[in-house]
Amino acid sequence: MQLVCPAGNLPALKAAVRQGADAVYVGFRDDTNARHFAGLNMDDKQFDAAVAHIRQHQRKLYVAVNTYPQPQGWERWQRAVDRAADHGVDALIAADPGVLGYAAQRHPQLSLHLSVQGSATNASALAFYVQHYNIRRAVLPRVLSLAQVRQVAANSTVPIEVFAFGSLCIMAEGRCHLSSYITGESPNLCGVCSPAKAVRWSEDAEGLSARLSEVLIDRYQADEPAGYPTLCKGRFMVDGKRFHALEEPTSLDTLDLLPELAAMGVEAVKIEGRQRSPAYVEQVTQVWRAALDAHRLAPQRFTVKDQWRQVLAGLSEGSQTTLGAYHRSWQ
Amino acid sequence: MKLSLGPVLYYWDKEQLGRFYSEMSALPLDVIYLGETVCSKRRAMNLDHWLGLGRELQACSPAQIVLSGLTLIEAASELSSLRRLCDNGELLVEANDMGAVQYLAERKLPFVAGPALNLYNGHALAKLLECGMIRWVPPVECSAALIRAVLDQAAELGCELPQVEVFAYGHLPLAYSARCFTARAENRPKDDCQFCCINYPDGLALSSQEGQALFTLNGIQTMSAEVTNLLADYPGLEACGADLLRLSPRAQGMVEVVEAFARVRQGEAPPLFVEGCNGYWHGQAGMLRVEEVGLC
Repeated sequence: MQLVCPAGNLPALKAAVRQGADAVYVGFRDDTNARHFAGLNMDDKQFDAAVAHIRQHQRKLYVAVNTYPQPQGWERWQRAVDRAADHGVDALIAADPGVLGYAAQRHPQLSLHLSVQGSATNASALAFYVQHYNIRRAVLPRVLSLAQVRQVAANSTVPIEVFAFGSLCIMAEGRCHLSSYITGESPNLCGVCSPAKAVRWSEDAEGLSARLSEVLIDRYQADEPAGYPTLCKGRFMVDGKRFHALEEPTSLDTLDLLPELAAMGVEAVKIEGRQRSPAYVEQVTQVWRAALDAHRLAPQRFTVKDQWRQVLAGLSEGSQTTLGAYHRSWQ
Repeated sequence: MKLSLGPVLYYWDKEQLGRFYSEMSALPLDVIYLGETVCSKRRAMNLDHWLGLGRELQACSPAQIVLSGLTLIEAASELSSLRRLCDNGELLVEANDMGAVQYLAERKLPFVAGPALNLYNGHALAKLLECGMIRWVPPVECSAALIRAVLDQAAELGCELPQVEVFAYGHLPLAYSARCFTARAENRPKDDCQFCCINYPDGLALSSQEGQALFTLNGIQTMSAEVTNLLADYPGLEACGADLLRLSPRAQGMVEVVEAFARVRQGEAPPLFVEGCNGYWHGQAGMLRVEEVGLC
């Protein structure tokens, strides 16, 4: 299986390459990608350097142009596709039928991967993208159980990539408007979820409050660790009870599933986190490279090392990890 | 403009559905959507039941009956149910997943593109029109300006435009997950959910720790806490090119809702102010009522 790692900047890309990523995915510095955060992603110069570095080390470079363009910004998405294609990148990761159509028609040599934002969770949906855009790979949303991933992989003609580690979207990607409902900005249209500019922290007698567009997402006492107010990971009230009604702050970690994912023919595993630091990318890539190599050399004897677990837990939201929807009990 | 009744998004038992549709069949509705769009475990009604209900409604109401498909298709069994639904042979289908679009296009059947399909520009619309889309229900986060721009772009591309149906009333369907949040709130695993969402015919309210209403939990679906209501925005809906207004069923008061929209359609002046949110329509955060926050 191929290891696909995130890079929000050049140092992260170099770290991923150094630690053995097979492919690195990046985005341009605008709203054409789903990590449109201030100071993140690549301008022209950085992108040129990224391409050169990837070529020098003979890895693959993927570019995510995976938000949904609105008519008034359409040319920006066209330019992003052209730029990726003109640099000869190894794949374009896209979700919008318009963007995929433009790429397929204008740059037939460009390999297309269906982004997780495309929300394709079944063989028939994948067949749509294969038939119309000749996609070469599809990234599955993090909503399928392991058995369902197996079924989709078995019934689809297109190779599958799955999320292996990182922040956990608990909603089907591309099908979540929670952020725009509260803040006006959504992953689909703006490339952001729970945007930083809408966050306000305040401390008073009741504790440390984390707000998003003035909506209280969570409130922490002095002994509680406080996390970024991603709105699906706050504590809310339902039926008089206060709890993480949607999801706890936690990260997806599928090291335990590696043999099964390999056995079902999954082509690539993806590390989430273009918004994370180069040090994060370095450590996660190192662990997953070691795990994939160990599995490749001796599949029957593969076990997850405690040290790998410790490193990943230390890098996880709320210092805890989950198998997410891959495991039925999470659902 | 025409009035449509969206699919019931909650889990109601057969009797409640029977009573509801019998009431609705007497109202001036032009389109009625039937079917389970949220969770395949809700088995009070199977495809044959829905088709039977559709025939009954066709016999007593002039409304066009449409069958809506499931939104999040995960299991192979759900995919085969979706295929059977697309093959129903009688009723127009609303596709809420690209899997349904693919099935319907393969069969060269016309279809309605539901609000869960991510169609945000004219190029995407053109592709779906090529596949057989005859009516477009834009994603609920689309503003009037965006819908107009999408239609204009599609027209520039030479497309014959579809009918446009705007989600004009009801709790907004915002997100879908593998996890059942109703079961989670009741401390039950999804695989042993006991169909507990049937106890919440209007969903389960979620608020902030300060008591601000935020979302409505409806099984694997998360909806808005606020009910969207675009009745006061009726002139803007007409100007934007909407052909149909979707009224999304709630357990109480739907007769009054349909009648209020019908009166405005017949020429009565729209109210200056209604309860409920309309932020999305005005290009703002969905939860807002723009008149209240001074945005319009």
